[in-house]
Amino acid sequence: MRTKTSPITVIFNIFKYVVLILAAVIALVPVCVCILTAFKTTDEYNASSVLDLPKTFAYFENFKIAFTQANMLRGFINTALVLIVVLTVSVFVGAMLAYVLNRFQFKGNAVIQNLFMFAALIPGIATQVTVYQIMYSLGLINHLYGYMIVLMGTDIISIYIFLQFFENLPVSLDESAIMDGCTYFGVFFKILFPLLKPAIVTSVVLKGVGVYNEYYMSNLYLQNQDLKTISTALYTFTGPYGNQYNYICAGVIITIIPILILFLIFQKQVYGGMAAGAVKG
Amino acid sequence: MSNPATATPKTKKSFGEWIKSRKGQKWIVIITFMFVPLLLLTVFTYVPFFKMVQFSFYKMKYIGPRTFVGLKNYKEVFSRSECFKSLYVSLYYMGGAVIQLALALFFATLMVFKTKGESFFKGAMFFPYLICGIAVGFIFKFFYARGFVLDSILQALGIKLEDIPYWLQDKKINNISLAATSVWRYTGQNMILFLGAMMSVDSDLYEAASLDGANKWHQFRYIILPSIKSIVVLNLILSISGSLSAFEPPYVITNGTMGTGTYFVIMNRLAHENQKVGLACAMAVVLLAIIVVCTVAQKLFFKYAFDDGTSDESKAAVRKRKKAEKAARKAMKGGQA
Repeated sequence: MRTKTSPITVIFNIFKYVVLILAAVIALVPVCVCILTAFKTTDEYNASSVLDLPKTFAYFENFKIAFTQANMLRGFINTALVLIVVLTVSVFVGAMLAYVLNRFQFKGNAVIQNLFMFAALIPGIATQVTVYQIMYSLGLINHLYGYMIVLMGTDIISIYIFLQFFENLPVSLDESAIMDGCTYFGVFFKILFPLLKPAIVTSVVLKGVGVYNEYYMSNLYLQNQDLKTISTALYTFTGPYGNQYNYICAGVIITIIPILILFLIFQKQVYGGMAAGAVKG
Repeated sequence: MSNPATATPKTKKSFGEWIKSRKGQKWIVIITFMFVPLLLLTVFTYVPFFKMVQFSFYKMKYIGPRTFVGLKNYKEVFSRSECFKSLYVSLYYMGGAVIQLALALFFATLMVFKTKGESFFKGAMFFPYLICGIAVGFIFKFFYARGFVLDSILQALGIKLEDIPYWLQDKKINNISLAATSVWRYTGQNMILFLGAMMSVDSDLYEAASLDGANKWHQFRYIILPSIKSIVVLNLILSISGSLSAFEPPYVITNGTMGTGTYFVIMNRLAHENQKVGLACAMAVVLLAIIVVCTVAQKLFFKYAFDDGTSDESKAAVRKRKKAEKAARKAMKGGQA
């Protein structure tokens, strides 16, 4: 290939890489300093500057303390359970609802769609004052399933994504299956559901990130020690460890590791899911 | 309705037959598939919503008697200094959101051209989005603490510690520090969104353009920008409601002290610590009203500027073209006469 690089292109490229490297450094420095600090002993932490490298990267005491003190194992198990249940249910519920709203004409269809649209406008934290009362009267506070139910209840993203996706699935698919004697349930579960894979990926990515990061409601509805999720478990560091950032950083790194691994494996799907989720607006 | 069951003339059918008919089947599907989501929507969105509106007219705690006070809570929202000040705090987050969108657009534009190490840059910038809010809070508490990360970096660059402000305590600067954490967290995610929209442009267009001698600016102006303008405007408008409902950074990092309380932090404090449930509900209703107004404005704006996104040509452009045509016709007539 003949490469004809003009000086402007060269300058542009230098500028571009300088900017990108700078941006990447800014994005990574706060996290990297945490990693350095997490490997320091308390004495070392008190004596050295935060930017100094730790003496060794084989000092895991902080991680051990963070992991046990904050009961992070419990937090991981709880968060994993919540993720599995909420994501599974959200996918099915969202897909089923979108199927009905998109494929059937009936009185109230438009009203229901508008109800969901308006619900998306209401910021979650705003209604928690009254949701708390409802949760209380239903006896759902301090139960993992109560928290799961409230997370499913506020799920509007996946419904949007599925509605959007059904728009682009030809109705002829349904029609020909019905000709062949398929029931509506059969059409949905056997024909359409397998085709929803891209939409499922998108909603799992968006909803998954949301659930993993959720803090406010889990703090409100799961006050029992054994019910802490990973973010509330991490939050327990505010009290007793005040300024012992070597422990806190270790805790932060522990919560980052699983998501980093998942991200590295599913990078493509994550980006794809993000981009597809944006189209709906 | 094309199904045979409904096409048959109205004979009385038993319930069993109706169930077996296509129409019966249809209703069974509709009801079974919609029951759960509608129940959840009612219980966790609409019942709380109407209760919230109702409570906003009462003076009440979570438990105990309520007294009807009419619009007093609403008056208080606008007269209480902390409530009103918190709306002013949101302006910092709005400013942050604009910077974030501009940066995201800038980085995405750089990346849309072939880049070495693209996946590294993308990953590094996107990753902060995946870190949970509490962890982000701790990371930046540590980052901004006196004499810690940021101060050490600045000292290494030759700035004296005495000249460095207290990032989280100084009232002049602490809201900027907090809004910056949001920028740090979301810029990469926005970049991925924009990049996705830019990539949907046919790559042949870029090649053709560069063969025609278009420089990078022209490529940006005439190919990239039109392809993403709607998503940019959409995000800009979404960021208004996002900024008004900013919650996590001040809640986790400063707990809303030193004048960093955003609207939700104040509302949360009133509701759960002071137990002023009625006032908190009134605050929520006011915020929702603002968000609804913003959304309606957004819808109108899209209709006006982008013709609802269905046509590539905006109404403004159509009008301009028509005007030009008219002027041309006039000129022609003038020429003839």
